[in-house]
Amino acid sequence: MRLRLEARPQPLRAMLWLSPVIAVIASVLASAGLFALLGRDPLVALYNMFVAPLGTVLGLTELALKATPLLLCAIGIAIGCRANVWNIGAEGQFTIGAICGGGVALVWGDQPWVLGPMLLAGMAGGMAWAAIPAFLRTRCNAHEILTTLMLSYVAVQVLGWLVHGPWQDPEGFNFPQTKQFSDNATLPLLIEGARVNIGALFALAVVPMAWLLLGRTMTGYRIRVAGFAPGAARYAGFSGDGVVWFSLLLSGALAGLAGICEVAGPVGQLQPVISPGYGYAAIIVAFLGRLNPVGILFAALLMALVYLGGEGLQMSLQLPQAATGVIQGMLLFFLLAADVLILYRPRLVAVRHA
Amino acid sequence: MSAPRLELRGICKTYGTTRANVDIDLAVRPGEIHALLGENGAGKSTLVKIIYGLVQPDAGEMLWEGREVSITDPNAARAMGIGMVFQHFSLFEALTVAENIALGLGNRESPRALAPRILATAQRYGLAVDPQRHVHHLSVGERQRVEIVRCLLAAPRLFILDEPTSVLTPQEVEGLFAMLRRLAQEGSSVLYISHKLDEIKALCSAATVLRGGRVSGQCDPRVETPTAMAELMIGATLPASGRVTAARPGAACLEARGLSLPPDEPFGTALHDIRLELRAGEIVGIAGVAGNGQKELLAALSGERLAPRAEAVVIAGSPCGRMGAAARRALGLAFVPEERLGRGAVAEMSLAENALLTAGAGPMVRSGFIRFAALQGFAREIIARFRVKAAGIAAPASSLSGGNMQKFIIGREIGAAPRVLLAAHPTWGVDIGAALSIRQQIIALSDSGVGVLIVSEDLAELFEICDRIAVLSEGRLSVPLAVRQTTMDEIGLLMGGLHEGRAHAA
Repeated sequence: MRLRLEARPQPLRAMLWLSPVIAVIASVLASAGLFALLGRDPLVALYNMFVAPLGTVLGLTELALKATPLLLCAIGIAIGCRANVWNIGAEGQFTIGAICGGGVALVWGDQPWVLGPMLLAGMAGGMAWAAIPAFLRTRCNAHEILTTLMLSYVAVQVLGWLVHGPWQDPEGFNFPQTKQFSDNATLPLLIEGARVNIGALFALAVVPMAWLLLGRTMTGYRIRVAGFAPGAARYAGFSGDGVVWFSLLLSGALAGLAGICEVAGPVGQLQPVISPGYGYAAIIVAFLGRLNPVGILFAALLMALVYLGGEGLQMSLQLPQAATGVIQGMLLFFLLAADVLILYRPRLVAVRHA
Repeated sequence: MSAPRLELRGICKTYGTTRANVDIDLAVRPGEIHALLGENGAGKSTLVKIIYGLVQPDAGEMLWEGREVSITDPNAARAMGIGMVFQHFSLFEALTVAENIALGLGNRESPRALAPRILATAQRYGLAVDPQRHVHHLSVGERQRVEIVRCLLAAPRLFILDEPTSVLTPQEVEGLFAMLRRLAQEGSSVLYISHKLDEIKALCSAATVLRGGRVSGQCDPRVETPTAMAELMIGATLPASGRVTAARPGAACLEARGLSLPPDEPFGTALHDIRLELRAGEIVGIAGVAGNGQKELLAALSGERLAPRAEAVVIAGSPCGRMGAAARRALGLAFVPEERLGRGAVAEMSLAENALLTAGAGPMVRSGFIRFAALQGFAREIIARFRVKAAGIAAPASSLSGGNMQKFIIGREIGAAPRVLLAAHPTWGVDIGAALSIRQQIIALSDSGVGVLIVSEDLAELFEICDRIAVLSEGRLSVPLAVRQTTMDEIGLLMGGLHEGRAHAA
């Protein structure tokens, strides 16, 4: 016997929109099973994971804080995916954005105007990092899935070298970190006493802008045509290289902005680890949100909850941090599985021996 | 009359809500060449897939030489003695003819041992096939002969051919018909699927006509008129078509001046010194068998591929060989490509969005933003003017039939008010009614002073609407001949590659 997938003649479009919901429910159930296997009461664990963080104002502000980089990175990734340009390296663009913006903060930190240039430098850094795969793709036909991913590791090494070397805080007891950013170089907080800052507003503003771009502008139309049917884009005379450059640069700028907002916000300095994998989790967010800016907003909040709940579980039930990664993985796995089963029908067929 | 070799009784097949076959009866006798006629979507493909075991019917019975059978898969069909040649070939380009046939037979016979049998069978039926040649060297007609020989080696008693002549020159069609007649004389049955009525009249001794999934009639094509058969197919009377007024050509609107291009992919065709002048108000046809550079020529003229020199392509006096597709469109070029979904239209997008594909910077876009009201108006206008059958402007392109999508694409391109229209296979795979209306639109467009260049394999169509016809063969274009001063035979000879005299006279 052999398993064969047969295309369903008329997949239900509504089901494709529901599949993220199915994936979430399946992930919740599977994580309950996981908690039980780890010897914890699944209901208590689920409560600590998914409900407890939402019970306090502080929890909600933390949710917004964590959703911010996810949302920024995921929107960029999604715009790329709509154009069939696969930016897997938001993590690297995030890191280089943090480095470039952080550099501005370290040099001109005592100037009152430093914040604007920091944000611009962050975006420029992310764009520059994304320009490398764009160049390699359009000139050398090197696929961006590989180059963006590989450049992410390079970016993290660059950050490590800087904070261990030239940019290390001389008064920092030899810890691998820069000195703390000045108050001028720190994003204003939205609520006194909480960590959430105006970066969340940037992310929120990007949602309608991305929606307008994709749905209402000629640029967005070109992106979608290139993604659906490259042959039609060539026929229409849309520049294929132009779409690759545009989507990678935009994606890099948003990831870079997320990076500088993170170090100019909750982190407050450059250190070897500035992201718990936001750039990678954002790929899951983009797909969970169906590559739609509004969908991504909800998906980013959900993913932020997974991060937050994962931290909570470490404290309340002494579960390992890896639980967060496992649940992220399950989300993507169940989403892809749900999509496949909506589009295809599995059938067992007998193998005929000739 | 002898008992039927294959008899179908009350065959039904439903896909979702589409009733592809309803209560179909069909009987094919030994020694008979039986036509299965019908427009696209009439249910012909479903029916032959049922006969060949690719699809299982929901109801009805099948009798093979008087015994009831159920054909569960193509292997069973072949074992019973049914052979089929599909429209799309399944040959490996990089293998030889003998290797391909050995793979297809699947009985582990070595290609070397098979070669004499291939030659013998080919000679017996007058099919020129060389077992040692690699398939990528072969023309489409030669490839079809390979498929046919592969089928014949299994000595089928029912031989099914699906639209076999759409890729052949007139001379090759004659060769195919001779072979099928020989097969019938030997007592085999042939089921011949087509919508080309003149061929069916010349070849077949019985015909079953399908319309909307049902049998709409049975007739003897030797005595029935083509018009009567066409009316059985479309269920309505046919309007007249064809060029009424003679063209009064104006100034040159599209020129190729010594256009040469290397192939851009393995097994592609190079273009050699193409010279062509299309004038305003005339329709020029480019005939030829697919794979002789049609794709390359269209890409070079439309701007999807750039020419080496700007002067190689000239639109309305402007050298544009180095301009991309969008810039050439701005000069007044419109293009209806060969593939509808994925090239001429985006399957996943709505008709309204597809109307924007080639609209450029027109009234539908203002400072980078799409003006949806104007766009929807344009899409509605196309649907109304070209009688596109669609659920509305929000319907995705993939929901339209091929013919209706083609009408929409042609409507969009004509709606751009072009100076030049390039059209590739404008009525390929389109049903008769839609094909007629497309031809009428093209003629009306040229009457309004637009130059039209049509690339097609359908000689009858080219002779019906063109003023001049040239032949593209192995990447070389013959000198266009006035339709009134040439014949299908002459064009057919040029298509077969006998172009030395005329081409060099250029």
